[in-house]
Amino acid sequence: MIKGIALLLLFQLLGESIVFTTGLPLPGPVVGLVLLFVAMQACKMLGLGLFAEAETAADGFLANLGLLFVPAGVGIVALWSQLQSQAGAILLVLVASAVLTLAITVWTFVIVRRLVGRE
Amino acid sequence: MKHPIELWVYLSASPLLWLTLTLFAWIAATTISVRLKRHPLANPVLITIALLSTTLWLFDVPYETFFEGAQFIHFLLGPATVAIAIPLYRQWQKVRQALIPMAAALVVGSFSAVLSIVLMGKWAGLSQDVLVSFLPKSATAGVAMAISSSLGGNPSLTAVLVVLTGIVGALVVTPLMNAMRIKDYAARGFAVGLTSHGIGTARAFDVDETAGLFAGIAMALNAIATSLIVPLLVRLVL
Repeated sequence: MIKGIALLLLFQLLGESIVFTTGLPLPGPVVGLVLLFVAMQACKMLGLGLFAEAETAADGFLANLGLLFVPAGVGIVALWSQLQSQAGAILLVLVASAVLTLAITVWTFVIVRRLVGRE
Repeated sequence: MKHPIELWVYLSASPLLWLTLTLFAWIAATTISVRLKRHPLANPVLITIALLSTTLWLFDVPYETFFEGAQFIHFLLGPATVAIAIPLYRQWQKVRQALIPMAAALVVGSFSAVLSIVLMGKWAGLSQDVLVSFLPKSATAGVAMAISSSLGGNPSLTAVLVVLTGIVGALVVTPLMNAMRIKDYAARGFAVGLTSHGIGTARAFDVDETAGLFAGIAMALNAIATSLIVPLLVRLVL
């Protein structure tokens, strides 16, 4: 478990370092994700099992992903006095945008998959 | 022997109390969610935030004090993003078969997520600083906050909007997709991961393993796409 967490942190660290040195317009953890994926594929080809514990740690994180957003979400109490006047408009825009994005994305996925499948 | 009030004053200022409470609020919320058979309205993130916000408000505790304890959880957003590499690795075959629809849905979806805020936000008369903080709301929290602060937005506001977008997407996705008669769980997952990042992904994993995987991939890809699209649109439109 500790080794797994250490590996995930290591890849985040690598990602952050690459972004910092190259100025790549990407978030460090996303680069870390790509690097870890490539490393795991490489290990598979070489027949090495280095990442078993990283898998255990990742399963733990992903099973409780929602929890990690709680600290940021509670921030609404600190911002409430500032937002109160625009709260209705913000909520309306937020809900409309979410529904629209969900619908457009799922349609694009389904339609393109059908078009590609026909070829 | 000290007075209980002194104990409260001591504990309420310490990170230990708020970290412990956050974890127990989460355990309570997930238990409620499971009891209600993962009903979309019983969203564990929403329940936990409601419990904790009410507590802070009732006892007049500043958010900064709470965050000193909760920051240890907040920090894990980074390694949790890296962790998405694991489902991606495990189900790479499935992903490869859907590369073209994913690429199309990513570009179209990511633009919709940002453009809809520009258009509707201006129509609704949101102030400029709120608008800039609003734009990256479909990207995962750490990424969205970085984008927002690089463009002069308010990262704390962005974090709240990110979480709200996550909750709204997780609440509406199941009824919406059923109403639209979409039965492709890869497509459903991809849409909710793109729209509602980690909170949508958590919801997708509750519903279906394939949906969860595609949600995780969409969340990773949209973190990249949003960090490219938002600065571009701010320069062009705002």
